[in-house]
Amino acid sequence: MAKTSKHLLDEARKEIKQIDIDEARRLLEVGAVIIDVRESDEWRQGHIPQAIGIPRGFLEIRVEEKVPDRKTLVIMQCASGTRSAYASRVMRELGYENVHNLLGGFNAWKDRGLPWEADRQFTQDELTRYSRHFVIPEVGEKGQAKLLDSKVLLLGAGALGSPVALYLAAAGVGTLGLVDFDVVDLSNLQRQIIHTVDRVGMPKTESAQKQIAAMNPGIKVIRHDVRLTSENVMEIIMPYDVIVNCGDNFPTRYLINDACVFSKKPLVDGAIFRFEGNATVFYPDKGGPCYRCLYPEPAPPDMAPSCAEAGVLGALPGLIGSIEALEAIKLLLGRGHPLIGKMIYFDSLSDRDYVRVLKIRKDPNCPVCSEHGTQKGLIDYEAFCGLGPSANGATASSSDHVASAAAR
Amino acid sequence: MAVRVRVPTPLRRFTGGKDEVPAEGASIRLVLEDLERLHPGIRERLLDDKGEIRRFVNIYLNGDDIRFLESLNSKVKDGDDISIVPAIAGGR
Repeated sequence: MAKTSKHLLDEARKEIKQIDIDEARRLLEVGAVIIDVRESDEWRQGHIPQAIGIPRGFLEIRVEEKVPDRKTLVIMQCASGTRSAYASRVMRELGYENVHNLLGGFNAWKDRGLPWEADRQFTQDELTRYSRHFVIPEVGEKGQAKLLDSKVLLLGAGALGSPVALYLAAAGVGTLGLVDFDVVDLSNLQRQIIHTVDRVGMPKTESAQKQIAAMNPGIKVIRHDVRLTSENVMEIIMPYDVIVNCGDNFPTRYLINDACVFSKKPLVDGAIFRFEGNATVFYPDKGGPCYRCLYPEPAPPDMAPSCAEAGVLGALPGLIGSIEALEAIKLLLGRGHPLIGKMIYFDSLSDRDYVRVLKIRKDPNCPVCSEHGTQKGLIDYEAFCGLGPSANGATASSSDHVASAAAR
Repeated sequence: MAVRVRVPTPLRRFTGGKDEVPAEGASIRLVLEDLERLHPGIRERLLDDKGEIRRFVNIYLNGDDIRFLESLNSKVKDGDDISIVPAIAGGR
């Protein structure tokens, strides 16, 4: 004769040790794992902090990956203790030897005033939009929530800034700050893929904001239509978690490096020249080098032509910018190994290695990031780069040149 | 010692556009001297008046920055890979 659900439940309760909240807490203290078999939407509204969430329907498929050792002390939990009783039987069938069922489930836990946490509530649109992230174990709902709560500042909304802004916005990095005071020019469109013909003449930050809104309206864009200076940089970067360098001149590169060192923020760096480019992460607070360790002094203007003078290919910033976006996302998620102390160097015309990984080291005598660094504050970076009014022989026009290029 | 030197884009006008050129020498210093003999003008872009490496240029021996080895006196052996990587600022 077919069994009723009551029969099944009684059997399950007989076979599996039923425990109350106090016993569950004791077992958790001695290393038990707790598996919450409720559905995803129930989980999101609140769950026991250390619980592993595996909806009942996925239990057989996922549990071995999450709990590989069959001898593990396991507590099964649902809302009230019924679904988890059935699930406990399945665990036994799968060979788990120490299975317990939590009587009263999450409701009883919550009623006792014990700690629980709720995940970010995603809208239906977000659940669909980020569905490919949710299935990546290293991202998942927790990681996506982190991204949505993150703030990234892009220095420049040009060739590198375009792919970085687009990929970070697409990935759901909740707040993007854009520093640029230039306007869109037709000559930008050969490579600056965030801008369009109908926005020629518009501030680049505004144009980028429109493109981001068209792709992912959930992203907040903060426009900084200013030239970055020693006076305003600390205040601008302060609210951001990660800074991405998409700038195109030495004074700004040294300025943002020093500002990030002093504020202990990670700086994702990228630079391009024709068919060549590189990317790395400067994060002295985590033991890595800074830009000053790598290049203690800037190249004099006559030895370092800018993109405007030397030209640059469109696909190259796409490549370097994508690496920068990827590194920013890794830093925000706290996943994998960021490119700290390593520089990816692309030479796309090379006959041999298209890509090289160079070791870059912290300079123990670095004036900015070493323990006994001599430079304690921001300086005049145009003078430092031989461009400012205080530099020998510098003209107003060379200073203006840098000013106009500083934030592109 | 015969080595291969990777030349960055900004310096390829000294090497007839080549991204990699052969050179010889037992140390980085001697390799750079040979490089200057073969491609006149390139040394000035790498070394300052005192013969030191310019501070916006890095030279990597098999992927390692020579400033953290023995700088210009770093020994090289046959087949070593030398990369010249100057600071570049482009991004717009």
